Order: sequence, then structure tokens, then C-alpha cells
Amino acid sequence: MRSLKLSNRFFIASLFLSTSVFSAVQVIQPSENSYQDIQEALILAEPGDVVRLTAGTFYLKDSLSLDVSGVQVEGEGMNQTILDFSDQQSGAQGLSVTSDNVTLQDFSIQNAKGDAIKVKGVTNIKFLRVKTEWTNGPSSENGAYGLYPVESTNVLIDGCVAIGASDAGIYVGQSKNIIVRNSRAEYNVAGIEIENSYYADVFNNLATNNTGGILIFDLPGLPQQGGHHVRVFNNRSVGNNTDNFAPEGNIVGEVPRGTGIIIQANSDVEIFDNEIGDNDTVNIAVVTYGNETDDQTYYPHPKSIQIHGNEFGPTGYNPDTSKGELAQILFDLSGGNMPDIFWDGLVPLSQIIFGQPQDEKMIITNNGDGSLLAIKPIGFMLPYLEPAILDINEFDGQISPLPKVEFDENF
Amino acid sequence: MLSEFGFFKDMQNQIPADGVHPYSLVSQLFSDETDKLRFVFVPEGKKIGYEENKVFIFPVGSTLIKTFAYLNKNGPMDQQLLETRLLINTNEGWQAISYVWNEQQTDARRTIAGATIPTSFYNSEGKQIDVRYRAPNQNQCKECHQVNKTMTPIGPKARNMNKNVEYQSGGMNQLLYWAALGWIDQNLQSTSMSNYLDLDATLEDRARAYLDINCGHCHIPGGSADTTGLYLNFTEKDREQLGIYKKPVAAGRASGNLKYSIVPGHSNESIMLYRMRSLDPGIMMPESGRALADDAGIELIKNWIDKL
Repeated sequence: MRSLKLSNRFFIASLFLSTSVFSAVQVIQPSENSYQDIQEALILAEPGDVVRLTAGTFYLKDSLSLDVSGVQVEGEGMNQTILDFSDQQSGAQGLSVTSDNVTLQDFSIQNAKGDAIKVKGVTNIKFLRVKTEWTNGPSSENGAYGLYPVESTNVLIDGCVAIGASDAGIYVGQSKNIIVRNSRAEYNVAGIEIENSYYADVFNNLATNNTGGILIFDLPGLPQQGGHHVRVFNNRSVGNNTDNFAPEGNIVGEVPRGTGIIIQANSDVEIFDNEIGDNDTVNIAVVTYGNETDDQTYYPHPKSIQIHGNEFGPTGYNPDTSKGELAQILFDLSGGNMPDIFWDGLVPLSQIIFGQPQDEKMIITNNGDGSLLAIKPIGFMLPYLEPAILDINEFDGQISPLPKVEFDENF
Repeated sequence: MLSEFGFFKDMQNQIPADGVHPYSLVSQLFSDETDKLRFVFVPEGKKIGYEENKVFIFPVGSTLIKTFAYLNKNGPMDQQLLETRLLINTNEGWQAISYVWNEQQTDARRTIAGATIPTSFYNSEGKQIDVRYRAPNQNQCKECHQVNKTMTPIGPKARNMNKNVEYQSGGMNQLLYWAALGWIDQNLQSTSMSNYLDLDATLEDRARAYLDINCGHCHIPGGSADTTGLYLNFTEKDREQLGIYKKPVAAGRASGNLKYSIVPGHSNESIMLYRMRSLDPGIMMPESGRALADDAGIELIKNWIDKL
């Protein structure tokens, strides 16, 4: 056995010895071997290296993955460098990233069979001017997510475009420290979705032609939950009137067509200075998680929500009562006179009786001539009371601004 | 080249060198019905550590060698060696490298980005099947072999190894064989998992063994599919976490318009079975490591769900 051991040790050492000291730029052009070329470059890259994909269309049959820290993958423009997965045979994503300090920029991923770009469990990830698209328009056959960072810390999405996802175009899940800015989400079920996440700033984005524009959600049964500290400001969430095309079973399948912003569960959410209008059903909905769950640690109600300085356009003129219960309830309670803001009013039973703690109350102020409808659960319990609040001034109060999300963007 | 390691006396016939020992698992991954030839090398004089329900703790320098092949025992076709994967325990932890066999079947060459091998084989029922076999790339190795960002072997757990194996010296229980080599102690007090193909075992045991070995390396806390909270490892006890009346989280169209992972008594309404049946890369589970559907596994999980 001596000879095997010796040759073994020598050979193993040579296999894992890294020789490069300087960062390198590897340039790859479209070819017959596009998958092999790109995937090998992504595996052999050293921290600090750049993998550059030239202008043109790369036709890929298998999904790509990156697991080396500090690598930049760049194209020559989101409309110039196209990674086309229309004939994908294997792998559930277009591109998946599992390493830290990665920058993805200036390319587009088309027609992935599953999610376009999934980034899981990393610290520091930048998406700059990246586009994900399903080119045949809204269809339940499209992949679920466009840009999909999950379980990550320090997530920057800047100048990106997401089109046609059958769940969410830009979806950040179970993450911490998130900035989504200057991006556009169109023809997705959910335009931009922040789910089960902590500390997110979503600003200067356009969400249009989705089913729902911007969703701030929290779901039970997941490794990270109790989403909190989300600021949504200076966005335009307008004309999100595409029929819901999510496959059934998915939580966004319950979102009615024509929704500007939905806050579900979550605490400490500040929605301000946005333009929200031309949404068929409602401009802003604040709701409790409505499905049953065995998860004892999960808190299903939204709390400490602040909505101020928003400019509302027309809404509620064509409510979608076919998905979920929200639109129907709203339509019945408002007698067809649909509000800009809806709150389902659900709180724990003790708070129905004794009232909400002061710092958990919703504050709505300075929203021009915006209108409101909030359900009053006690009104349902005691028939001589009104079942709903229509006076927006009842929610007036002092805004306590949430802190800005900051992290070092120059990693 | 694979031959440079000196693991085999006879590469083509997969006869191991002295000191390299065959091993075998009770339940094994489907992987497009390939036959798997497994071998282990442990440096002389070293011992293997043991913790119940965990993978054996191999000493540095140990190597797990796994050749994927179509032996074609049930049809008029030569055997075909496809790829050999090595897991080597180095000072920096486990490293995965894989080798794809040449056409002459004399040696295998290292691959970084994996390989596509279009081929055909005779299955256990003597039927010829075409397959676009994919040897995984290095990152795909990690997808399944990483838990909490640390590479680990999957198969060699005591609970999945309590069985007889044919050695050059004759048949023997492989845990006793390992003890005789001085690698482990005689009595490990381990639980045993069923072979999911063993019809004498209970349906529950067979189903849980199948899910553990085919899904539980990713669907486990800290595994690459933990994001959605569906845990299919052998030791999971929570019914919702196992998928029973669990709503999909990030499945997209892979939900197949169904509401829950598992609806007891109704396999046709269960997303799990829908994804096992699919051949669409955006729907199918597992998401890598197969191009074909596992008919035996589908039948087993179908029966299990229908009787839940």
C-alpha cells in the first residue's frame, strides 16, 4: 500500500494547488461550446477574476453555476449579451450563485425553464443592469422568479429589468440588508417582492403591467420569518392590471389583478412618496396572512405600518374578484366605492378588546385626497357598530422614520 | 487521468488495488438507473469515527470512489462505464472531482464542466432505454454534497450500510468487515434503514428510506433546498415540514396547479409526485442527477401517499 499512498498524496496536492496570483479577465464569445466554455470559466475562476461574455446570444442547454467568491460576471449590455435558455435540458435555473462578493452585470437571461438567476446563502451580491425575461409574454409556463436572491446578506439590485416571471420578477427572500433601486418590473405576477426579509430599501423603481406591483410579504414555516424594517419610497407602481397568471398553489396566485402595493404580515414598514395609480382593484392593501398554519412561532398580522406622502391615481374601477377574497370583501364593504388604501383590520383577539399598543398602530398621513377603508372586527362582533372605518383621519399621527439601509457597496 | 491514482488493478473491470475495498448501500440514489460500483480507501492504520445517524467520519487521506455504469446485465449490450467520481478528504475538507470514461473504456479523464453522454441501456426489465446522461459539473457535486457550506459524503452512514457485500475473500456484512479491518468498532448501536426496493419492509419505512437517499441530502436544514422548509431526511418528524398539507413557497409552475406538497390519501393532488414524474427541467425533482423518471420510486411514493 505504500506506493499508492505516496502517489496519491503527490497527485492530490497537484490537483488542488492554485497557481494564479493576479486577477484575470477571461473573455468568452458565443460558440458551439458556450455551456462548456462559460461553466469551465466559472469553476476555474479565482477570486478577483472577471468572466466577460461578449455581445451576442449564447444558446445554453444546461444551467450555469458560480461558486467562487469575488468573481465578476459581466456582459456588454443587457440588450447585447443574451444567455438564451429556450432549449434548456437540465438544471432548474438559468444561473445559480452560491459564493460571496459576486457582481453580475450587463447581460440578460432569457427563457430559463425555472428561475432565471438564483443566488443562495451569500454575503454581498450585486445585480447591476441585469435583465431577466420570458419573451413570450405573461404565461403560467414561465419560470417563477427573475432575480432571486435568497438567504443572503447585503443584496444590491440596481438598474435591472425583470419581465414575465410567473411568480415575482424581482424577488428577495429570507435576506438581510437589501437595496432594490432604479429597476423596472413588468408583466410579472408580482413585480417586486420582499419576503421574510429584514432591512430593505425599495426606491426609484417602476412596477407596471404586473398583477401586483410591489409586495412585502411574510410566510410561515420557513427558516427565516418575521419580516421587518422595509421602506418603499419614490417608486411608481402604476397600471398593474395583468390578469394573474401564477400557477395555482402559489401564494401570489391569490393576488387580484390591479394591485399597487400589498403588505402582508411584516412589521415596521414605511410606504412613502410613491406614485400609485391606475390599478384596477386597489392601490395599497395591508393584510393578514390568511391561510392555516401549524407554525406556532409565526405572527400573521402586519404591525407598525406607516403610509405617508403618497400620490394616488385612480383605482378600484374594475376590481378583480376572481382571485382570493380581498377584492370581493372590499367591494361588498365599500358598496363599490373602492378606496385607495385597504386594511383588513385583523389583530389578535386581545387587541380587538383592549386595543393595539401605541407603537404597533398603523399611521396614515399626508396622502393628498387618498381614501381608506379599514375593517373593524369589533363591528362584526357587535352588530350595532359599523363594520368599517372610512375616515382616513382616524389613522393620522406622527411619522417615525425608519433608518436607511446601508452597507459597503464596493466589495 | 483516473488511472494515475492507482485505485484499480484492472481499470476496465473495476478490480480494486490492494487496500481499496468495495462497499455498498442498502438504499441508493436513482441516478437514471445506473449501476454504481463503490470503493473506499482509508490510509493504513487510521480509524473511522462514528456518530449515530451521521456520515462516518473518515480520516484525512480517505477517498470514496464511485463509478457510474450501465452493466446491461439484462440485455445484449456491453457494459458501459460512464463516469467515476472521487470524494477525497484533504486537510481543507472533502474535495469532489469527477472523471468521464473514454470510448475505449480504458481510462477516464477529469472533467470540470461535466459532460453530456447520450447513450442507451437495458433496464432491469430487459427494456432498452435511451438517455441523455449528464455527468455533473463540480458545482453540481456541491449542490448535493454541501450541508452548511461544508462538503460531506452522503451515502456511508451506518444506518444505510448494514448489509452483506461480496469481497474477494467471500461474502460478509460490511460493518463487520470494516470492524475486522480495524476501521470501526464491532457494535455501533445504529438504527437501520430499509432498502426501499425490499417488499418485505413496511411501506412507511420504504418511503422514508427512498426520500432520505433521493431527496434528504438537499431537503435538510442547512442543505441546498432548505429555503422552502421542506425537509425529507430520515430523522425529520414534523408532518408539515415533511410536506403534509405544506403549501409551495417558491415552486412556480412546478406546483402543477396543486395546493400542497403532500395531500394524504391523494397522490394525484400532491406536488411531490407531480415533480417526481416530470421530465421538464423547470419542474422535475431532483433538479439534477436524472433525465429519466424513476418508475419504481414513483410507484412507491404514490402508494405511500395514498395510504397516509
